[in-house]
Amino acid sequence: MLELKRVCFGVRNEKGSKEILKDVDLTLEDRQFIVITGPNGGGKSTLAKLIMGIERPVSGQILFNGEDITDWDITRRAQAGISFAFQQPVRFKGITVKDLIRLASGDKALSTNGACRYLSAVGLCAADYVNREVDASLSGGELKRIEIATIIARQTTKLAVFDEPEAGIDLWSFHKLTHVFEKMHEEQRTILIISHQERILNIADEIVLIADGRIQKRGTRDAILPELLEVTGSCNFFKEDEA
Amino acid sequence: MDEIQKHLLMEIADLHGIPEGAYNIRSNSKSIGRASSANIEIVSKTDKDGIDIYIKPATKNEAVHIPVIMDKAGIKEMVYNDFHVGAGADVVIVAGCGIHCGSDTGEQHDGIHTFFVEKGARVKYIEKHYGEGDGSGERIMNPTTVVHLAEGAYMEMETTQIKGIDSTKRITQADLADDATFVVHEKIMTHGRQQAETGFEVELNGAGSSTNVISRSVARNSSHQLFLAKIRGNNRCHGHSECDAIIMDDAKISAIPEITANHLEANLIHEAAIGKIAGDQLVKLMTLGLTEKEAETQIVNGFLK
Ligand SMILES: Nc1ncnc2c1ncn2[C@@H]1O[C@H](COP(=O)(O)OP(=O)(O)OP(=O)(O)O)[C@@H](O)[C@H]1O
Ligand SMILES: [Mg+2]
Repeated sequence: MLELKRVCFGVRNEKGSKEILKDVDLTLEDRQFIVITGPNGGGKSTLAKLIMGIERPVSGQILFNGEDITDWDITRRAQAGISFAFQQPVRFKGITVKDLIRLASGDKALSTNGACRYLSAVGLCAADYVNREVDASLSGGELKRIEIATIIARQTTKLAVFDEPEAGIDLWSFHKLTHVFEKMHEEQRTILIISHQERILNIADEIVLIADGRIQKRGTRDAILPELLEVTGSCNFFKEDEA
Repeated sequence: MDEIQKHLLMEIADLHGIPEGAYNIRSNSKSIGRASSANIEIVSKTDKDGIDIYIKPATKNEAVHIPVIMDKAGIKEMVYNDFHVGAGADVVIVAGCGIHCGSDTGEQHDGIHTFFVEKGARVKYIEKHYGEGDGSGERIMNPTTVVHLAEGAYMEMETTQIKGIDSTKRITQADLADDATFVVHEKIMTHGRQQAETGFEVELNGAGSSTNVISRSVARNSSHQLFLAKIRGNNRCHGHSECDAIIMDDAKISAIPEITANHLEANLIHEAAIGKIAGDQLVKLMTLGLTEKEAETQIVNGFLK
């Protein structure tokens, strides 16, 4: 359903150019549940943004259900069924939680009850939140849950990408949230979650390990977990220092 | 009233017809309907154009509507309305001005509204300005609001100017006695080559007085906006003003704050932020399937809601 072919991405800054993703090949089958993990700065969020169209590859190709979407803009990809929950959700002055969920659902007449259903799914007591603004007054964890609710509200989603959905959410609540992902999966959706959480790694069909802008390994949990410790345990900076 | 007038009334006062309670409807410089109530009396001024509104002390849960509508070319008027709000009253005052301009001769409404809010009274003042019509004549409005708040009085002012006014210069002046509170929420959107200037001057004279002046605005195309806020703390008091603006296209916005503390216990803050729509806000809404234009509209509408 999703195919990345030799995707490269880099940025140019005053110090020259920097390669962030190198020759990434990644295939997701229909209804797969894949988790991407790996050390900070490895390129995971960048990969998710490339899939959503927020960033464009320097070279390579992205296919969605067989169609080349490399040049599609964000809106077109969203309308084709790709959803993306941000690692750092955006705040809006004046837009209420209900407004945002309504926009996500694509149902202009979405009732307050309808919006509440999605909020309850992420463990928010809906009545306290529907009319609040998605602004700086929300806590980090609340904002993160609302972000996840916007993805649940998108009924047309075929591929849902979540970037570290666990970040900022207390462990107890997160346990419940994992059911949200499982439910979406049962509803025949393809799920891609970027996560460092063991609980999420445990429910995935497969785990993809990204480090230094490359896919280092892909496989089942048992095959990847030992590898993970190796990669995250190393640090070039300190190594150079010691030398 | 014809359809144009009914529509103007709808836009500025949410009125579908004649309001309940006390009201005065002014159309093309004449009063076309007026009613007083047991507690609220409206009388014409004799020395100049305008009305006096007398609200008896302790009047509760009543509203006064005083909309102004204009659709005749070439009108230029200056109106004085004085509100005398008796001690302990709690009322809502809905004012507003709608101009329809169908020719190339402009129309102008200048109004001075003066509020005398007595001890412990509470006023919610709602004012909406709206212009329409395909005439090329300029629609001009220059509202001045002068507010005198007695001890413990509270006034909340909500002003909105979203559409159709080519040029506006609004002045709001307030002086506050002990424990009085003055809150302002202003919303402005300008298009085309419109000009909007808004100036606040608040004198915090009383001990324990406070003010909060919040302006949210959007300037599009090649419009200009100027926001001036002067707050003087002359006693133990709290003052806060905030200008939050979105700038688009070739528009220009200036925010000029001035806070003066003339007392050691005066606590004054000014915040101003002007910037374009945040890119990540657009991106988020686009990931929900909106086009960039639709996302922009949602962000602006929410911001000015
Ligand atoms: N616009 C940019 N300019 C410069 N460097 C960037 C830019 N975007 C990303 N990077 C760098 O690319 C690398 C990958 O970033 P990315 O956000 O994809 O990492 P990540 O794997 O999601 O990390 P984390 O686990 O911390 O979320 C980082 O080193 C980051 O600093
Ligand atoms: Mg990341």
